[in-house]
Amino acid sequence: MAHRKTKGGATVSFRRYLFSTNHRVIGVQYLVLALVSVTIGTLLSLLMRIHLVWPDYIVPFHGPILPEDYLALVTIHGTIMLFFVLTTAPQSGFGNLILPSQIGARRMAFPVANAISFWLTATALLILLSSTFVPGGSAISGWTAYPPFSAIASAGPGQGFGMDMWLASIAVFAIAGTIGAINTLVTIIKLRCEGMTWDRIPLTVWGWFTAALLSVIAFSVLLAALLLLFCDRHAGTSFFVPTGDLVNGVIHAAGHPGNGSPLLWLHLFWFFGHPEVYIAILPGMGLTSMLLANFSRRRVFAYRMMIFTTLLIGFLGILLWGHHMFVAGLNPYAASAFAVSTMAIAIPASAKVLSWLVTVWRSRPRYTTAMLFSLGFVSLFITGGLTGPVLAQPILDEYLHNTFFVVAHFHLIMAMAGIFGLFAATYYWFPLMSGRFMSERLGRLHFWTTIVGAYATFLPMHLTGLMGEPRHYAQLIGVPNAAGHLLAGTLPLNRFITWSAIFLATAQLLFFANLIHSLYRGKIAPPNPWQATTLEWHPALHPNAPFETSDGRIVVYRQPCEYLATAGEELILPQWRSDGIPNIKPE
Amino acid sequence: MPTTITPTSTEPKPRRHLEDHDHGSGRRPPTDKRTGGGGDNDNWNDRPNGRRGPRERLVRYRMGIFFALASDLMFFVAIVSTFFVSQNTGHFDAYNNYVNEWSPTLIPPILWLNTVVLILSSITMETARRRMFHEVDVMDEWLGLGKPITRAAIPWVAATVVLGIVFLIGQWIAWTQLAVQHVFFLSNPSSHFFYLITGVHGIHLILGIFGLVAALIGLYASHSLETRQIMVDCASWYWHSMGLFWLFLFTLLVFFQ
Repeated sequence: MAHRKTKGGATVSFRRYLFSTNHRVIGVQYLVLALVSVTIGTLLSLLMRIHLVWPDYIVPFHGPILPEDYLALVTIHGTIMLFFVLTTAPQSGFGNLILPSQIGARRMAFPVANAISFWLTATALLILLSSTFVPGGSAISGWTAYPPFSAIASAGPGQGFGMDMWLASIAVFAIAGTIGAINTLVTIIKLRCEGMTWDRIPLTVWGWFTAALLSVIAFSVLLAALLLLFCDRHAGTSFFVPTGDLVNGVIHAAGHPGNGSPLLWLHLFWFFGHPEVYIAILPGMGLTSMLLANFSRRRVFAYRMMIFTTLLIGFLGILLWGHHMFVAGLNPYAASAFAVSTMAIAIPASAKVLSWLVTVWRSRPRYTTAMLFSLGFVSLFITGGLTGPVLAQPILDEYLHNTFFVVAHFHLIMAMAGIFGLFAATYYWFPLMSGRFMSERLGRLHFWTTIVGAYATFLPMHLTGLMGEPRHYAQLIGVPNAAGHLLAGTLPLNRFITWSAIFLATAQLLFFANLIHSLYRGKIAPPNPWQATTLEWHPALHPNAPFETSDGRIVVYRQPCEYLATAGEELILPQWRSDGIPNIKPE
Repeated sequence: MPTTITPTSTEPKPRRHLEDHDHGSGRRPPTDKRTGGGGDNDNWNDRPNGRRGPRERLVRYRMGIFFALASDLMFFVAIVSTFFVSQNTGHFDAYNNYVNEWSPTLIPPILWLNTVVLILSSITMETARRRMFHEVDVMDEWLGLGKPITRAAIPWVAATVVLGIVFLIGQWIAWTQLAVQHVFFLSNPSSHFFYLITGVHGIHLILGIFGLVAALIGLYASHSLETRQIMVDCASWYWHSMGLFWLFLFTLLVFFQ
């Protein structure tokens, strides 16, 4: 068995390390899983982009991309990115790594459940990836798995066993996500250290808290929907399959009696699916607030209001799933209600943007890479968010819904802003993980290339969307008549988007280089290298801390992000006692 | 590797701490008598996080089970919403007639008996749960004067297990009775739901019975009183919720089809 010597001289076996119940180890495990996933997901998206503009391209070891392959790419790209990157990395990864320290807890509430949750997530990923190798290949119904396409095995390649594996994967993931969320909630509620009152909790923790609440509410609904879909597929029920449904020229009447409604799936799915996007973005919002304040040496503007808006976004996030269904045939009155609730979410979201801008406004921020990525987050959040109220209006959505305009909207706000939050988190917390800094020079280069790449890739998609380019179309060339003419018209712009996407993906090599380089050669970081005020930088929690950390006492005295500027000299007031004496109880 | 990507320790330290008055022969009395200080090491606020009161661990686990049950409630809510949607959905046939195929599934009378059994099991479980916190007995156990709590609780938990199994057998009988009338899972949209709801609830009860058996084993085997309390307490909250869910689902099946 592989053994590793730690600094203290203790021997930790590989197995104990792998199946550790330590929250920080589990956090790193989640992050590694997300990194693997995001790499796969990005490569898949590149294949899609390449196929769109060079349809004749032969993929090595595969051959030409057939329309069904394209749909499989769409499905696995979406599923991996949504579940295994945007849910896993901020909520489970950084949540486990940082959350307990940030509230002064030594561990998560249920360490064993935490490990179980991680291994279930890993199992889910494995199931999803192995669905590529079953007859028919991966599922092709998109990450939303709309029936009747997904409910009938003969609907297309991959809709047989591949789809079953997709369902199994997501079911396992939903269970893992729920366990993780329960753990997060109980940790935050019960394990806060002395003095860590609710209004002193860092906004990051509020983000994790709200996202965990959403997970607890939404994931089980998804699980129920998956169960019903599974019954439709294998038990012959018809919850989602309409009467006399015609798929591939075959009427599916005999196998599925009854009046199934595909819309029902949409309701159940989006009741989960919409909160899901807030699960992805809320931790990033919280982190951005903290980072902007820290690097600007300002308080977070309207701290309590930020807590309130976080919760309000979470609450509204549950109520507005119907805006995904405007074009699916919703009762017009229902559409109005969903339109109003969707537009209402612009209010807390704008309040957040206001707070971010006011926090930084006329301060003299230190433009570290983490700060740059936070500002990037704000920028992308505004750009992507502006099209939210546009799409929230049923009448506009009618035209835009199944076009690349929507793709642009959610990639900017969820994918790009979400990823920028993750990058900010990585650069910011790297010293906490490894005791070293990441290279600032490489980091800055990474930031500028990434933000240019992000905008160059996703802004023009608004235009192709407005020109009428539909989503999920495998090919833009070869379509007859006026529609084909229209699609062909988007080709130049699409070529530009593809080149930008390749540029954006290549730029991420800088990140990998930085990560590996800094892990071995990075500048050694002192405790609290950013002069942060939140508790995860407490000297006792530093990975190279000389202190006994297992039973020290941590007390919180004030809100996070409090600074004093006196006569040109800035004074940082960390949440713990700042007189230089570590709050560690002597043995 | 030249760097630590993790903390200095990967495994938690053994949980015993002298300042927590844990000398290996038991901890502070397991009743919450906060004094807020009064001498060396007697300040409750000095306790490390998560161990500031005797019931800290219990409350944490209880909260965990409550959130899990909230999540589970949403699961059933989703299925019940589907129930109502399906009930009110129809289609137009070839002659343009609106057809709603829903025909209510007749509930086998044995389910009433089952419901009574489940309520009874909830009562036995609650009795067991309360026994676990009977203060005089808690003190007795803590002082090492036998295991009065365990002795008192085991029969009640065992009774709950038996009643739970009786309920499941009753459900099985109900299914066979329906099968005799040729009402199967696939017969009708409403029978989908009858089988689905009773089936899913039954699976939950099977999980609950596993939990109860685990609690029984724990009652017998665990040295820590707190662990025993937690196991019975969590199993019983789960069991009560399944009882409540059943009442809700049963009402739905009987009166709202």
